[in-house]
Amino acid sequence: MRSALPIATVVVVIFAIWTAAVVPMNIHLTADLAGRQDIAVTPETPRERQEVGAISLALQNTSIWGMTYTLDRPNLPSPHQVAAELYKSVFTVAPTSRRSLIYHAWVTLSATLLGFLIGAAAGILLAVGIVYNRTMDKAVMPWAITSQTIPILALAPMVIVMLGSIGVQGLLPKAIISAYLSFFPVVVGMVKGLRSPDHMQLDLLHTYNASGPQAFWKLRLPGSMPYLFASLKIGISASLVGAIVGELPTGARAGFGARMLVGDQYGQPILTWAALFGAAITAALLVAAISLIERKTLGRMGMRMAA
Amino acid sequence: MTAWIIALAIGALGWWINARLAHGASSDSRTVSLAIPVIFGVTIIAMWQVLVTMLDVSAVILPAPSAIASRFVNSIPILFADFVQTIIKGALTGFIIGMVAAFVVAVIADRSPFLTKGILPVGSFMAALPIVGTAPIFVKWYGSDWESKAAVVAVMVFFPILVNTVAGLRDTTAMQRDLMRTYAADYWTTLFKLRLPAALPFIFNGLKIATTLALIGAIVAEFFGSPTVGMGFRISTSVGQLAMDMVWAEIVVAALAGSSFYGAIALLEKRVTFWHPSQR
Repeated sequence: MRSALPIATVVVVIFAIWTAAVVPMNIHLTADLAGRQDIAVTPETPRERQEVGAISLALQNTSIWGMTYTLDRPNLPSPHQVAAELYKSVFTVAPTSRRSLIYHAWVTLSATLLGFLIGAAAGILLAVGIVYNRTMDKAVMPWAITSQTIPILALAPMVIVMLGSIGVQGLLPKAIISAYLSFFPVVVGMVKGLRSPDHMQLDLLHTYNASGPQAFWKLRLPGSMPYLFASLKIGISASLVGAIVGELPTGARAGFGARMLVGDQYGQPILTWAALFGAAITAALLVAAISLIERKTLGRMGMRMAA
Repeated sequence: MTAWIIALAIGALGWWINARLAHGASSDSRTVSLAIPVIFGVTIIAMWQVLVTMLDVSAVILPAPSAIASRFVNSIPILFADFVQTIIKGALTGFIIGMVAAFVVAVIADRSPFLTKGILPVGSFMAALPIVGTAPIFVKWYGSDWESKAAVVAVMVFFPILVNTVAGLRDTTAMQRDLMRTYAADYWTTLFKLRLPAALPFIFNGLKIATTLALIGAIVAEFFGSPTVGMGFRISTSVGQLAMDMVWAEIVVAALAGSSFYGAIALLEKRVTFWHPSQR
């Protein structure tokens, strides 16, 4: 890993900017709090402080900088507050409790995975149809490509209500949103993949007198694997976003989306941030899992990963 | 029962026409390759219309295309106000802010190979994260009007554009750079005359990914709080009132806006990178 040091540097820089931003972002709140506790603040009244910009207020009151990092309801929580909340809600409460982030993660994750499996399987089937049926290729492929330019995520609230009114509730509506979000990237990637064998290779199979199914199983399908995995990685992160957004408009009680809303509505920004980081970590783990399967599969097939 | 038979007949007819066209002699001409998907779309809409009207499907579940079309025509002023609020003010402003920020960071980072090596993987990682979840935070910081939407959009489009620009700026050969040196070109001349043009195909790739993200960000952020105008606001309140025809009308607007935004970027790409093999 020659790039470990540069990556670490960039990450450290991002966290340093975040930590530095905590002071000006929270300084007004902190000054009000300090004023109530009879700590000297300049300017003295909240009215006057409203007129002063965040940076200059921070420079005039260097003594209360420490307090900006420990507010209960900060504008911008500091990294250690988010880390503490993550630790608390992951490791110190039972995974079945509603206060546990693991519980909420599982609610979102189960919808994501179910939807992803449906979407990816349907996408692969449609791609096979498109490659082998000229009519389908001409009629469906342009729509599959167009669908990538449309914010189909906006359909999410409607899907939930539509399915709710015919009695489908719980996991399935969110999974359907996840499914259609992962469906189109997989179709487009898989069509590209199944078409990747060139004429020479197809001709070679002809000279072997290979049948159509043989050409599919022994050439096209293996040839499509790198493309498939690339689009699966896009698809699974789209699935996760779909499941989270699916939880937002309906007032879901559990899941990352619900957790973010609760933090937002009850004025507990640290909860929102912890849920956000939980979602980010989950996304990273999902993509990493697919990468691992990719490496193993391509390794077994004698292909090397494109770096 | 008859509804299903009629719908299937329409479907079969549409498919038959398309099959004839696709296997016909002129199947690769531009008109035919445009006609086939259009016929497919029309077939689907016709089947939808027949099934919904003949089976008396409740408008709460799925409104008929005709109902959506009439709602669309009757509420053009509302839809246009929502379009301006969400797409022009929210998505477009955020897109431009994010794009400019990404270019600036990319050009700065490009001066140091060390930073480039760190930014590429971190940026691609960030691009895969559910950034749209930051919407409630930005709504709290910048209020519920379009400024907070623009901020969400700017963060969402920043990473894909950054990664593609950084990758593109590295895409010149040593030979080309040496040629610029023999011309005694300084850093900025090389940047503007050689490396930025060479990076354009990559940059446009990032911009195209970002167009969809921008629309998603602007619409979804409105689910977390907005003034009483905007596409996301209209979608979430109409869903609450079970006015599904309005929701579909907004989705039509979103689809049109998304495809034309993408189309505009693709057209620009064609004009600016006419020299690239993929455009010839």
